[in-house]
Amino acid sequence: MRELALHILDIAENSISAGASKVEIVVKKDSLNDELWISVKDNGKGMDQELLARVMDPFVTSRTTRKVGLGIPLLKQAAEACNGGLTIDSQPGEGTVITTKFQDSHIDRMPLGNLADTFLGLFFGTPDVNWVLHYQVDDQVFEFDDTEVKQVLDGMPLTDYRVIDYLTNTIQNGINNINENVIKQGVNYAHN
Amino acid sequence: MPTINSIEDLKRLREEAQKIKEMRDQTGKTQIVVGMGTIGIAAGARETLKAILNFIEENNLPDIILRQTGNLGLSGMDPVVKVTLPNQEEVVYGKVTAEIARKIMQDYVVSGNVLAEYLVKE
Repeated sequence: MRELALHILDIAENSISAGASKVEIVVKKDSLNDELWISVKDNGKGMDQELLARVMDPFVTSRTTRKVGLGIPLLKQAAEACNGGLTIDSQPGEGTVITTKFQDSHIDRMPLGNLADTFLGLFFGTPDVNWVLHYQVDDQVFEFDDTEVKQVLDGMPLTDYRVIDYLTNTIQNGINNINENVIKQGVNYAHN
Repeated sequence: MPTINSIEDLKRLREEAQKIKEMRDQTGKTQIVVGMGTIGIAAGARETLKAILNFIEENNLPDIILRQTGNLGLSGMDPVVKVTLPNQEEVVYGKVTAEIARKIMQDYVVSGNVLAEYLVKE
């Protein structure tokens, strides 16, 4: 994977497979501590202690069609290569949270990439799940919970072209605004 | 049919009726499924899905059921896209880049030409 956003997509697929009805994606950059945090939290079926202990192994998977599950081990490796790590909290019947931390400025830290495309793909491709995105850089936050949109649409297809347009703009603008504000602030700091 | 004895029963009845309506509604729709397992994602399936979504938006296509799912298990053929036109057999395309996805949308979904060269080769 060349983007962290693709890892996020991959981990979210696990949440879907676990039967989650709600998935929260959190991306938080903390400049002061030079940390980038990414977490995917779901309310799916969770894992018991035994599976939890084994899931970091690439040859462990819940799938029955193949014997390899690369998503978590690959992300763990990516995080550890950046002075970070991956932890999993999971309770059977309650859900799972996968939390990763990276040293933000680490030379090997792959780019976040297109978080909007990842979120939009999940939103349009898995409409029965409640998708929540929290994107934060220092004190700037963009939060999106699709509950209100879905309530208003009340069963109308999400793939109506006006809905696609609206959602795409909302997510892209939300993320871009944060990034632009951060750059502006950076310029201010430089002048001060 | 069991008798309705409570509001809960009534809610269940409505849900069932809704599902039947949805099933009937879905027979007139095109279903497109994009495989989004780890290998699929690494092969560019996100871009494939995005291209399909953009095509739907640009052409204002109605009645498309678009879904993404985990690994579709077709070794070496990622990104995989399954297309089911109304009342037709499912067709499975392999190695579907964003560009090929656009072709499939235009030539098969809109115009009904199967584009055999992109079908999955077993």
